[in-house]
This record gives sequence, C-alpha cells and structure tokens, in this order.
Amino acid sequence: MTTPLIELCEVSRKYDDGPPALHDTSLTVRAGEAVAILGPSGSGKSTLLNLIAGLDRPDTGTVTVDGVRVDGLGEAASARYRRDRIGMVFQFFNLLDDLTVADNVVLSAQLAGMPRGEARRRAAELLGTLGVDRHARAYPGRLSGGERQRVAVARALMNRPPLLLADEPTGALDSASGEEVGALLTDLNADGQTIVVVTHDPALARSCTSRTVRLVDGRITEDVRPEAVR
Amino acid sequence: MSVLGRVVRSGVGRRRVQTLVIGLTMTMAVTAAVLGGSLLVASSAPFDHAFAREHGAHLSVQFDARRATAARLSASADAPGVAEASGPFGTATVTPHTDIEGMGGGMDGGIDGVPMTVVGRAEPHTGVDLVALTEGRWAERPGEIVISDGSQPFPSLGRRLTFPALPGGPTLKVVGLARSASRTGDAWVVPAQIAALTPHGRGAGYEMLYRLTTADTAARVAAGRRAVTAVVPAGAVSGAQSWLTVKKAADRETALFVPFLLAFGVLGLVMSVLIVGNVVAGTVGAGLRRIGILKAIGFTPHQVVRAYVGQALVPAAIGTALGVVAGHLATVPVLSETANVYGTGGLAVAPWVDIAAVAGALGLVAVTAWAAAWRAGRLRTVDALAVGRTPSPGRGRRAGRVSALLPFPRPVGLGLARPFARPARSAAMGAAIVFGTVAVTFAVGLSSSLAEVMEARAHDAADVTVGVSGPRNSMAPGAKSQGAENQDGESPGAKTQGAKNPSAQAPGAAKETEADPAAITAAIDSQPGTGKYYGIATTQATVSGAAGVISVVAFTGDASWGGYDMVSGRWIEGPGEAVVPTPFLTATDTRVGDTVTLNDHGTAVTVRIVGEVLDTHHQGMEVFTDRVTLAAAEPDLQVESHHIAVKAGTDVAAYTDRLNTALRPLGVTAENGRVGNNSGTVAVLNSLTAVLTLMLVAVAGLGVLNGVVLDTRERVRDLGIHKALGMTPRQTVVMVVTSVVMTGLVGGAVGVPLGVALHGWIMPAMGHSAGLNLPESVIAVYRTPELVLLALGGLLIAVLGALPPAGWAARTRSAVALRTE
Repeated sequence: MTTPLIELCEVSRKYDDGPPALHDTSLTVRAGEAVAILGPSGSGKSTLLNLIAGLDRPDTGTVTVDGVRVDGLGEAASARYRRDRIGMVFQFFNLLDDLTVADNVVLSAQLAGMPRGEARRRAAELLGTLGVDRHARAYPGRLSGGERQRVAVARALMNRPPLLLADEPTGALDSASGEEVGALLTDLNADGQTIVVVTHDPALARSCTSRTVRLVDGRITEDVRPEAVR
Repeated sequence: MSVLGRVVRSGVGRRRVQTLVIGLTMTMAVTAAVLGGSLLVASSAPFDHAFAREHGAHLSVQFDARRATAARLSASADAPGVAEASGPFGTATVTPHTDIEGMGGGMDGGIDGVPMTVVGRAEPHTGVDLVALTEGRWAERPGEIVISDGSQPFPSLGRRLTFPALPGGPTLKVVGLARSASRTGDAWVVPAQIAALTPHGRGAGYEMLYRLTTADTAARVAAGRRAVTAVVPAGAVSGAQSWLTVKKAADRETALFVPFLLAFGVLGLVMSVLIVGNVVAGTVGAGLRRIGILKAIGFTPHQVVRAYVGQALVPAAIGTALGVVAGHLATVPVLSETANVYGTGGLAVAPWVDIAAVAGALGLVAVTAWAAAWRAGRLRTVDALAVGRTPSPGRGRRAGRVSALLPFPRPVGLGLARPFARPARSAAMGAAIVFGTVAVTFAVGLSSSLAEVMEARAHDAADVTVGVSGPRNSMAPGAKSQGAENQDGESPGAKTQGAKNPSAQAPGAAKETEADPAAITAAIDSQPGTGKYYGIATTQATVSGAAGVISVVAFTGDASWGGYDMVSGRWIEGPGEAVVPTPFLTATDTRVGDTVTLNDHGTAVTVRIVGEVLDTHHQGMEVFTDRVTLAAAEPDLQVESHHIAVKAGTDVAAYTDRLNTALRPLGVTAENGRVGNNSGTVAVLNSLTAVLTLMLVAVAGLGVLNGVVLDTRERVRDLGIHKALGMTPRQTVVMVVTSVVMTGLVGGAVGVPLGVALHGWIMPAMGHSAGLNLPESVIAVYRTPELVLLALGGLLIAVLGALPPAGWAARTRSAVALRTE
C-alpha cells in the first residue's frame, strides 16, 4: 500500500455567519489515485479543493499534503508549497490574457526560479504532448475552450507537481472538449499522476477517476472505492 | 431612500479603497490648495496689506523735545491734510548690551546691539500704526521692553538688555516681540521709561504718527510734512519718514521671496487639480462594469451620471472638509514664517481662500466625475459590461513579450510590462511624478540659491574680522537694523550686518571709539597663521545723475576673496576702479565700463566701473573701490574693520583668541568671521521649502497610489492566478512596485530638467523683482550627482506611492482574489 499523499483530519471551514462549508471532514488520498469530489452547488467541493491547495485555511482540523502541514503555512510558504507540489486547473482556465500561451505555461516555473531555457524546453514538450504546441505564440483569447484548458493543464504540470487539482475542468467546455479533457486526465493518471477533480458531472467522474467522494452540506456522505465504481 | 441613493450608498460602501483614496486625495489636495492659495494671497503686496491692516502711518516725524512741547505737537494733528494722528510719543536712541553668554562678541561674554530708537507707547492697538505683537505681550511697566522682531541680535523673550552708557545702567527685560508695518520704532517701552533711557546732555525726542488725507505720491507726503512742520516751532523737526520710503524698502526686501512663494502656491494648485481630476476620472472609469450592470437593469444614462457624481462627491466632501481643517493647521505656521520673511505680522487664511478651495475642489470632482460617468453612461450596455470585466487585452502585448525575454526575475518582467497595458493611467501617474519631481528639484535649487544669495549678501568669506571703531564693529553677525530714517537717508528697512558686513553700516552712526590702525595691522601681521587680509573704510558721497547719498566702501588690500560675488565684469585691481551693485547701475543709467563722478566732501572723484557685484545693502546704492581712490578727497579716511583669512591648517578659534589677546590693549576685538549670515531668514525659507515640498510630494505620491490601487483592483483576478501558481507575497510586491519603476524613472527624468528650467526662470525673476541681476553662482546651483539623485526622487515617489497597494496585493488571499471577478 502506498503512503497517503493527502490527509484531511476533521477539517471544518465556515464563512461569516453561514452554515459550515465543511464540517469535521476527513479524507485520505494516496499517491497515484484519481479522486472525484462530487456534490451539488454549495456542498463544499471548492472549499475542500482550496484547503488542499493552500489557498484557504481550515478553522479547525489539519491538512497534510505530501508530508507538509498545509493548514499552518504562511502566505509565502503556502506559495512555495503550491509552486512545488500542486498543479491547478480551473473551470474558467484562469489564463493570463496578456501573455502568450507559452508565457502562460512557463510562468509557474519562472516563479520557481527555473532557468529560462529549461523552462522553455519543458513548456514546449508539454504543449506538444497536449497537442497545443502550434498555439505557443498565440494569446489565450484566440483559442477554443478545450485548447485553453489543455494549456491550463500544461501550465499545471510545468513544475512536475505530485498532485494535480482540477476544479470543474470541463464546466466551461462543450461536451466534445469536455471528453477530450477527461481523456487527458485519465492519461495523466495512468502515468502515475495523482489527481483530485472537483466536479458535479458524474460522467467525468466515471471516465477519469478511480474513486468518488460525495459531499453534501459540507459532509462526506459517500466515498466509493475503485472496486465499487468499476 | 431612493433607488439612486441606495446605489450611491452601496457604491461608496463597497468600494472602500477607492472611496478612501478619493477622500485622502481630496484632503491632501484641499490642504495644498488652502496653503497655496494663502501663499498667493500673502505674497500679493504683503507690505500694502500689512500697512492697511495695521492702519500704518503715512508720515512719522521725529521732534526735538527741547524745541517743542507735547501740547504743541498734539496740536499738529489739526494741520492741513492730516486725517488722523497719534502721539506725541517720547523717544530715545540707545545702544543695548544683551546678556547672551558665550557668543564671543563682547568683552564680557555678552554682546552689544545696534543703536535703536525706543518709543514710549502705552498701548499698541489704538490710533495710527497698530503694532502687531508676534510673541509675548506689550510692556506694562518700567523695566520692560518690546523689541521689533529682527531689530536686534538674537531677540527672544526673557532676555535682558542693559544700557551701560546711560546713567544708572538701566536693565530692561524683553517681554514681547512686535512688528510695525510703518517701522516707526525699534523697540517700545511704557512712556514713564523713556526718561531713564535719555542720556545726560541730550534732549529727549518725540515722535508723531500721521495719516494723511492723500498720501499716494511722494509729493503729497512731502506736502503733509510741510504742513506739519509749519505748525510746530522752527527747528523742532529732527527727522521724518514717509511710508513710501518704508514701502520701497519693504518691497525690495520681500520682492526677492515673492516669486518663490508664488511658484510654490501655483504648483500646489496645479497639482491639486491634476491629482483630483486623475483620481476621480480613474475611479469612475474603473466602475464601467458596474455601470453596465446598472444600465442592464434599467438605469438611464442620466441616472448613471447622477449616481456616479454622487458616489464621487460623498468621499470628496468629507475629504474636502478634512482638507480645510488640515489646510489651516498646515497654513498657520507656514504663514507665520511667511510673515517673518515679509516682515509683516498677523497673516491669516483669508476666508475666500477656504471658499474657493472648497468650491473649486468639489466643482472639479463633480465635473470630472460627470465627464467620466457621462462617457460610461453613453456606452452600450454590452460594451460597458465587456470593457469593465477586463482591460483591453490588446494593449501592452508587445511589451509583455519583450519583458519575458529580459534577464530579470519573472515578477520584475511582468511589472515592467504593466504600464503599457494602461498607457493613459501610466501617463497620469507619470504626470503626478513629474510634478512631484519638479517641486523637489525646484525646492532644492531654491534652497541652494537662497543660501548663495545670503552668503553673497553677507560678504563674509573672512575667517576672522577685527572691528576697529563704532558700534557696528561690536555687533553680532546677522543682526538687522530697522530704525527710523536718519538724516542721511538710510531707509529704515535696510539691514546692517556688523563688522562682517561693512558696507551696511548705518550712515551717520556715531563712531564712539577709535583705535590706532597701524597698531592693529601690526598686531595682525605679527600673528602666526595670518594669511591675507584687507581693511575697510566707509564714507558717503553723492554721484552725478543719481539723487541722494550713496555709501562708498573703500578697501585697503585685495578684497576680491572677501565674498563679493560678481555678476559681470571683474573685481577692482587698483585706484580709480570701482564695482557697483545692479541698483546703482540702474539708478545712474550706467553699465560696466562707464565712468562716474563721485562728489566726496566737495571733491570730485572719477571712477571707472569695472564690475557689477551682488549687493543689496543701502538698497544697492553703493560703490566699492580702493581707498587710494579717495585719497585726495579724504586723506584721513580711517579703516574701520580688518578681514582676515588664516593660513591653511590654522585653528581659527585659537587664532582669534591669540589675536584678541594682542588687540585687547587697543580696545578692539576679533571675532570669527563665519558665525552665520542672516541664518534666520535662510532657516525660515528652508523650513517653508521643506513643508511645501513635502506637501507636493505627498500629493504626487497619492496620485501614484491611486493609479496602482485602481490597477491592482482591476487585476485582482490576475493576482489570484499568479498566487495560485506560486507567486509569493514578496514576488507580488516586487511585481506591483516594478510596475511603477519605469514611470517613476521617466517622470524623474522629465521632471528634473523641468524643475531646473523652472528654477532658472524663477531665480532671475526673483532677482529682477528686487532690482538685482544675480550672479551665475546663484543660478547655476545644480551639480550632476545632485541631479541624478533628484531624478531618482521620481522613482522614490513612485515606489512610495505603490507600496501600500502592493502590500494589499501581497496580502490578498488567492481564493478571495480568484472569486473577485
């Protein structure tokens, strides 16, 4: 059995006076797993993802990723943690409109201090692998949704992170593009990449993950292991 | 509350940072406007305003008490042409000795002052010439004295003045400092004190102050004087002073500073307008998406405009109110110092300055907000929504590509490319930086120039000065005399500066002691460490083509090193040559190379003008020449002071002590030559400069702050992406600050030459206002390293303005930023 890559222990998070977004949630993800977090709008999916990514902090409980206690990190340490261990893919791509595709992809590597030549080579390799290398000098605004999400995935993989987090990666795509992205995530997981996907699309969960965690009102109501899914 | 009201309230409440920036900007801008406007008002005919406020005397006449009774003098108030009169006030002319220890000027540790006219006056605020107290209180009993501010060395409350030459050596305590616009006295005591200040053998005097029915020309004032003279006994009038003479002297003194303060006032106002316009337009422009939403739900363009004008006016009104308060707090001390510079009292913020600042500021906000909102309101709703969501992605792409290739860390490259994405905003920030840099450059130049002017005026390059005769020689450096006009025509406003400033001796001042000049020079020659020295003798003469008496300063030895700054030509090299100040050339309609004939004690002395020197004493009506030039006219003309430069490496203090030991038997003293030169005025101007510069720099910094705030708010999603990708807070700060680096550098590079040009324009104007041509040493004050530092000042303004929003950007949580689209 592989060691846990993600460990959430009795994590709670509450915003202002509303009900808890997450309530005493515990979750363990092992390296190499592909996990889908499913649930309706407002169930706490994105909060869970943000906590794992170090974009947010729990009110109580602990979050440990790749041996790092994420919930105790300061802003700078949190940034370095994301840079080194996390790749993120967003629903609306979150590409920088005024940078070319290639510049978007190399950005995280450059922030980490990777030499420029090495970063360019790595970006070209990833863009080629993901089939968007012909757009390297284009601006994101000229690409289709599926292409933009491929670029976003390339950017997320730039620093070879042990964990790839995807927040509704197909939410802004048509069905064909969505299927492409799903296949891409499946391939990545097949190569050993640990993936956590937040989605409300059961089809995506089925196609590219081996485990499904269902959240309702901030609580895990279902955690379906591979055997049950398949 | 109406729908519009709710929109305004929510807009103000939701956009707290921009609301705060508008409020803060308005506070600073209105503060600067109140200050600038007040300076403009104060600098507009300061003497005339002070004279009117203080109900000044058109004519002040001194009488010999032995020849006229007080009753006869009171009756002169009914003389033809006299509208109002005050007096008679008893007067006495005395020389005080102050109790300052350790100043090195006197034989016993204290110092002797200059002769002064003391007036016995019970009440300062009635009748003609309302004397303005600047510190302390009026004299209420014998033993107390109020000194004219600046008339004596080191005047300060509580100091004791003794009069050793008077019977009983009375001692008076300084209880107040005051200013008289009419300059009708150097000090005031209660009337009962005057008798104790009257030396044996000399009759006491009286002073009458008159306001005339018409006094706008010298002829009318002279007619008034004749009318007064006609009603008093013959020979009773011992002297008289026209307000026009005082005004001329005062205007000449203040003229030097008026353009300086005017320039700052105008800069303050222009910057206020620029920054307010920039901030409001930028803030409204940043709300385009919200405007699009308002239009989408049914707001008409007019409602949008009204909503946004209201949204801008709420914080602007609060900021303006705070600005008026802050403006008064900042302006009162500045005006107090300005009053010192102008020699007037009681300057205050004019109510209409407040009204104009408030109306102007709010009007500007309303117009700017209206124009920006009108443009937004006329946009198609879909365009407003689209434009407001993200900035045009087309701009700055090339810069972005180039920056990616630069060998800098990526946050630096991203920051450097940023100004190209928002060129108009960058230009507005650049303009603020340019103005700030202009202000700093201008201020630094003016400060240096004024220091040069003061140094040039003082002629105090000597290390040690030996006074030989007369009260002037024991006077402290930097002292000013503001006594009443004397028989020889010296104006009351003229400044005298003691031994270091030999040309400034009041003509006609009694020479109370005489020492053997040969013995003094022998003592100087015998001192180890004596380098070079020259002597000065002064006399008076008339000159063909000019009215009145002029002062002639005659040198023994080479005085070219003595701190006489040449405007043109050269220094005198031998007998028959002279250098003169600009006013002399103007008054005699001569130029360098011409000859003029001096009438010295009935002997015509022809001199050739070989140079134009910077000198403001005696209103510039002076001639500097070699003593041999005057040998035929005044063979017995005695040297009054010696000015010594010690050899390199000589301890000046020890040299002075040794020389004083040698000179003590001769009854004269030596003092260090560079104790100070009018440092009071320089200090006042420097402090004014510092306050005004700080204010303008703060306003410029706010302009940058606003631009960067708008930029970071607008790009909060991008910030979130960067942070999600691993940008640390420090990298975020670097990126945001770097985004203004180029603007700061360019602003500095543009602002410095403009500041130098402004200085090059204002300084000669200041000189010309005072009737002077200024030497190159006064105008060309900037050094290359200084200019480089000043240019970097633009960068500093930009960085300081960008740091607060950079800190905010660094602290913003990624999750929040990503949600804030």
